[in-house]
Amino acid sequence: MLNIEDLIVEIDGKQILKGINLTVNAGEVHAIMGPNGGGKSTLATILAGRDLFDVTNGKVTYMGENLLEMSPEERAHKGIFLCFQYPVEIPGVTMVNFLKTAINEQRAYHNLEPLSASDFLKLLREKQELVGMHSNLTNRSVNEGFSGGEKKKNEIFQMAMLEPKLAILDETDSGLDIDALKVVANGVNNLKNKDNATIVITHYQRLLDYIIPDFVHVLYKGRIVKSSGKELALELEEKGYDWIESETKK
Amino acid sequence: MAENTTVGQLKEMLVRLYHDNKTSIDANVGEGIRSVRGKALGDFEKLGIPTRKVEAYRYTNLEKVFAEDYNAEFSAERFKVDLREIFKCEIPELDTHVVLVLNGFYYHDNKITGLPEGVIITSLAQASVSHPGIFNAHYGKYVNTEEDSLAALNSFFAQDGVFVYIPEHVKIDKPVQIINLCFSYKNLRITRRNLIVAEKGSELHVIVCDHTLCRRKYLSNSLTEIYTGANAKTEYSKVQNENNLSAQLSNTYIHQEADSKVVSNILSLHGGFIRNNIFVKLNGERAENHTYGLFISDSNQHISNYTSVLHAKPYCNSNQLFKGILSENATGAFNGKIYVGKDAQKTLAYQKNNNILLSPSARMNSKPQLEIYADDVKCSHGATAGQLDEDALFYLRSRGIREAEARFLLMYAFANDVISNIGTRHLRDRIIDLVDKRLRGKLSKCNECEIHCGN
Repeated sequence: MLNIEDLIVEIDGKQILKGINLTVNAGEVHAIMGPNGGGKSTLATILAGRDLFDVTNGKVTYMGENLLEMSPEERAHKGIFLCFQYPVEIPGVTMVNFLKTAINEQRAYHNLEPLSASDFLKLLREKQELVGMHSNLTNRSVNEGFSGGEKKKNEIFQMAMLEPKLAILDETDSGLDIDALKVVANGVNNLKNKDNATIVITHYQRLLDYIIPDFVHVLYKGRIVKSSGKELALELEEKGYDWIESETKK
Repeated sequence: MAENTTVGQLKEMLVRLYHDNKTSIDANVGEGIRSVRGKALGDFEKLGIPTRKVEAYRYTNLEKVFAEDYNAEFSAERFKVDLREIFKCEIPELDTHVVLVLNGFYYHDNKITGLPEGVIITSLAQASVSHPGIFNAHYGKYVNTEEDSLAALNSFFAQDGVFVYIPEHVKIDKPVQIINLCFSYKNLRITRRNLIVAEKGSELHVIVCDHTLCRRKYLSNSLTEIYTGANAKTEYSKVQNENNLSAQLSNTYIHQEADSKVVSNILSLHGGFIRNNIFVKLNGERAENHTYGLFISDSNQHISNYTSVLHAKPYCNSNQLFKGILSENATGAFNGKIYVGKDAQKTLAYQKNNNILLSPSARMNSKPQLEIYADDVKCSHGATAGQLDEDALFYLRSRGIREAEARFLLMYAFANDVISNIGTRHLRDRIIDLVDKRLRGKLSKCNECEIHCGN
């Protein structure tokens, strides 16, 4: 599904990613862990299409196509979804209008008729139920006045609405209490199937108690320095990131 | 007019125009209108056409506007067609008392029925003759012609417009909708004057829509005085939608008594050159004023808003919010003044001006001005000019919303801050629709009238 080859990314002349290689197949859950400043969020953002960075080397193919040439909206239409670490507040744009526009733009891309108002509302309720988001969204602006936990739930809710093929969760667990964490994890697990894949970016092992990864990668100083099964997360938790540092020095 | 005509020559030309046509100008009006002319003329001769040396007009080039060639009509033109057929306001659900005004003159065939007892809606000229008591008690009382020369100019040329009177404790459910139309075979200089008197405890919503129906140059100088008595509520919505050749100078003077509430929405959707002067005087305790403005401009349009809110008495609240979206080579200005007199303790006065500049060549000047002579007050002001929020834009796009649509959503959200304050739902829906079209570039015609004048 996703294939990253020797990806080098700079911002203002400074290398953030120094040659990333990663392959993600349908049905898989990948966790990317690592200390702050290692380049995790940069990777997530690059995949979603933010053009704040310069890709100086490497390529990224998604479903056989060159991902880096696509606009953010095209990536979304083709099934990429980024759960933002810091969801953006957009005063004046209501959740309903936002979601309706997003869904219908996606449908238009796939040559489908726009959803009728009643079908849309039905979908909205169904997905709210699925992710346990019970607040009334009708008159609320996107993320405006949402608590930290609500914002993260809202990301998962949008993910449920848009049903992506490749979901990238960027530190979705940060700042969440254990209950909110469970809600987020349940949301992800409920949406999981053999045709889609998830990349979970996290600093802590905690989220991985609820979302069980098939692979764990450690991203450190712009490189993936270690890849293994889910047991790597536990090892990291136990030994800390200092262990990685000493490992890489070997 | 020659290129190098000076403001002095333009002033003389206007004064001469008045003297030469005095008989026609005075023909149908009562003493109330005539009696203020002398002073206004004197003030205008002193002040002249405001140049950019005048602080309030620093960012607005009126000389250019006045130097254009215009004709003037001093009597109402009668067209053989029914104006209501030519112009249909496209708000089918909006049930209003429609008052048409053609080139500054009250349309002779306005049919206004079903008014509550005592309510008067008629032509200004007519009211000055038929209701001199009420008329003279208010006409010209809220305007200071020494202070602003456009007001002075309007006051000595004033012939007609609309007079609205709401007696004490009368609530008029249907809004009064004044539709100003410009329609002529030649370029025209237009003077309009309205007087709105809402007595104690009354409720009124006035909607003013400005339209040009053909591709001619217009210079309109309109002045509306609004008196809102104690405990009365007045909503005033102005929708400006004129062609790119038109220049509109619009002066609104709002006078409020104790415990009154006035909400104004000044929506400048289209027009070549627009200058709005809004003067508010809070003349009674606990009066509340909200003045909102939204403008959307492109090409070489210039839209400038000037506000002056005077707190004369204690415990009053005022709130100003003006928002602008400028693209291409549009220029704009906001000059907002809050004046708190020495007796106006416990004043709350806020002012905000936010602008989005969509192109590098668009320009906006914003200037707040606070003069506070009382010591126990809360006042604030703020102004911003910037681009659309890139983070928000990316967030929307990452959900599959195309860039153009994402930009539109953000602009719309920006504008909605102002639109949401319009109290009448059908008008609000209509404005939402117009703003939607305008932001999508579909409102290239100045309105959806039957005559597509190509502007």
